Amino acid sequence: MNDSSTTAAPTDRPGAAPPAIPREPGEVIGKLYGLLAEFETPAAIMVAAHRVREAGYKWWDCHTPFPVHGLDKAMGIRPTILPWLVMGAGLTGAVTGVVLQWYTNATNFDAWLIVPITGYDFLVSGKPMWSLPANIPVIFELTVLFSAIGCVAMMLFLSKLPWLYHPCLKNERFRRATDDRFFIVIEARDPLFYRRKSQEFLKSLGATAVEALEA
Amino acid sequence: MIPADITNENRYLGELVPKICRYAGLGGLALLVASVVLGWAGEAGWERLLRSYLVAFFFVLSLSLGGLFFVLLQHLTRAGWSVVVRRIAEGLADNLKWLWIPFIPILVAVWTGHLYDWADPSRLSDAERALFQHKEPFLTPWFWTIRAAVYFGVWAWLARFFVNRSVQQDATGDPQATARMQSVAAPGMILYAFTQTFAAVDWIMTLEFAWYSTMFGVYFFAASTCGAFAAMIIIFYLLQRSGRLTNVITTEHYHDLGKLLFAFGVVFWAYIAYSQYMLIWYANIQEETIWFVIRQLGGWKTMSIFLILGHFAGPFLILISRYPKRWKGVLAIGAAWMLGVHFIDLYWLVMPAIPAELIQSVTTYSQLVTEFEASYLPEYDLHWRVLDLTCLLGVLGVFVAMAAWSMRNRSLVPERDPRLDESLAFENY
Repeated sequence: MNDSSTTAAPTDRPGAAPPAIPREPGEVIGKLYGLLAEFETPAAIMVAAHRVREAGYKWWDCHTPFPVHGLDKAMGIRPTILPWLVMGAGLTGAVTGVVLQWYTNATNFDAWLIVPITGYDFLVSGKPMWSLPANIPVIFELTVLFSAIGCVAMMLFLSKLPWLYHPCLKNERFRRATDDRFFIVIEARDPLFYRRKSQEFLKSLGATAVEALEA
Repeated sequence: MIPADITNENRYLGELVPKICRYAGLGGLALLVASVVLGWAGEAGWERLLRSYLVAFFFVLSLSLGGLFFVLLQHLTRAGWSVVVRRIAEGLADNLKWLWIPFIPILVAVWTGHLYDWADPSRLSDAERALFQHKEPFLTPWFWTIRAAVYFGVWAWLARFFVNRSVQQDATGDPQATARMQSVAAPGMILYAFTQTFAAVDWIMTLEFAWYSTMFGVYFFAASTCGAFAAMIIIFYLLQRSGRLTNVITTEHYHDLGKLLFAFGVVFWAYIAYSQYMLIWYANIQEETIWFVIRQLGGWKTMSIFLILGHFAGPFLILISRYPKRWKGVLAIGAAWMLGVHFIDLYWLVMPAIPAELIQSVTTYSQLVTEFEASYLPEYDLHWRVLDLTCLLGVLGVFVAMAAWSMRNRSLVPERDPRLDESLAFENY
């Protein structure tokens, strides 16, 4: 193996691609993304996640084939602020519904909303021009619409989605994350990350395998 | 978190049963006697007594029907989380076996021409008779009684079927019982929906026979789920306070019951109540709007606004958050509040009466308001009476005593349900 001339002889022909170098599983050639540790049971990953958290790592995540109850708590994940954002979106929808109907049905003054617009007070079946019962359905629907769209959009934003590519997906072993294996990934950008030390640490947690991930 | 081991728990009412039966049962009977005396001797009179009694009867009926709905729903959806809370819902539903007995006074009232205007058609004015004509075949005492018998028959059968199988499973541990209950739950739910809807129409809506709302059955359904879920939360809180099921019922179960109370009792109720109001308000047909008009006059107006704020807006803002639902004490107080406003909601459905002469004597809405405030306020306005309270507590006391009596030899959890472990380990995400 030490003799490179026998294993991977460079070709003389100009422009030819160098032959593929056989790589060990988990061997990193490019930039290091982090370390992937494999566990066999939900119980094992629960204990491991708790220990990783206690060790003080910040940039790390778990990948499991199904939701493991209690894992969020073991990882110390804080509650999301998404509900508050959705409430803001819902209130925006409600206010939009009120203003929209009030302006278009119960006033007649000119305004400017990108283009010139004008209110049009319109009498419907003898009801008052501005009458809340008639307007509640639209207010309700706009509240729901704004909340729903806002919820999905802000969930994507907070999760930094969509990602076109994730370093884990290059790894052969990681494919079993959708089947029967549980993974912890500690990223290289974590201030506590040291290649060897972190690898030893993950092994000590009972990982059946620890591999490096290429960015 | 390690799921509780039910063998280490106090799972029986035990010595509480005679206590509850003595205080609630005998106290309830005493209050019912007091109500009759008040109706006989007091200024309110028999008609008022009957109406108060109808509200009280509907209050306990709604708890039982809500409980039955919960049991049916859990089997229908093969729910795992709810196994440990199901037995209490079964206890509420179990009372449907005998609730036809307190219904007898209402039956007697109909046959003697009281309570419902249609029960004695000779008292109707010509204008009312014209409206009554088309409904007469439906609203005869005979047909009405047969329908009532069908409703109680279906409810008693459903309650018997689900409660007995569940209780027998405690002894046999037979998983086939669960499979059988699941297969009956779907047709059972359909039967439940029809009987519950028609009962609400027959017994409350026909108080004003000229008025109709196609949403009314759903309205009563929403109200009954509100009552039942609130009652279940309070019952679990009290049971745990008395040292029963301390580790079996966890924050997670309270959280889910709180979600159901929020979803059905607050949001769905408001949705239905508003849908009913908006369509009638928009269509503006006289014999329909009058039902809401009377509820916008005098003290009834205050009560209507109170219901919007106290049954919807306030509880909505409080219960929407995760934390109050996971905080037992706060949730129990919230549930007690919801049970109270549920009673006021039923009171609001049953009590306001429409003075027939008033409607015939006026032509505009403003005339109606002036005339009502001038001459009808003393008789038709909202007046709380001691009767309302004695009837409610009397019927409720007997109801609670009977529920406790039916649980005297039963475990408070379905001990050998195949999904018990899942329920014990349940967590919310």
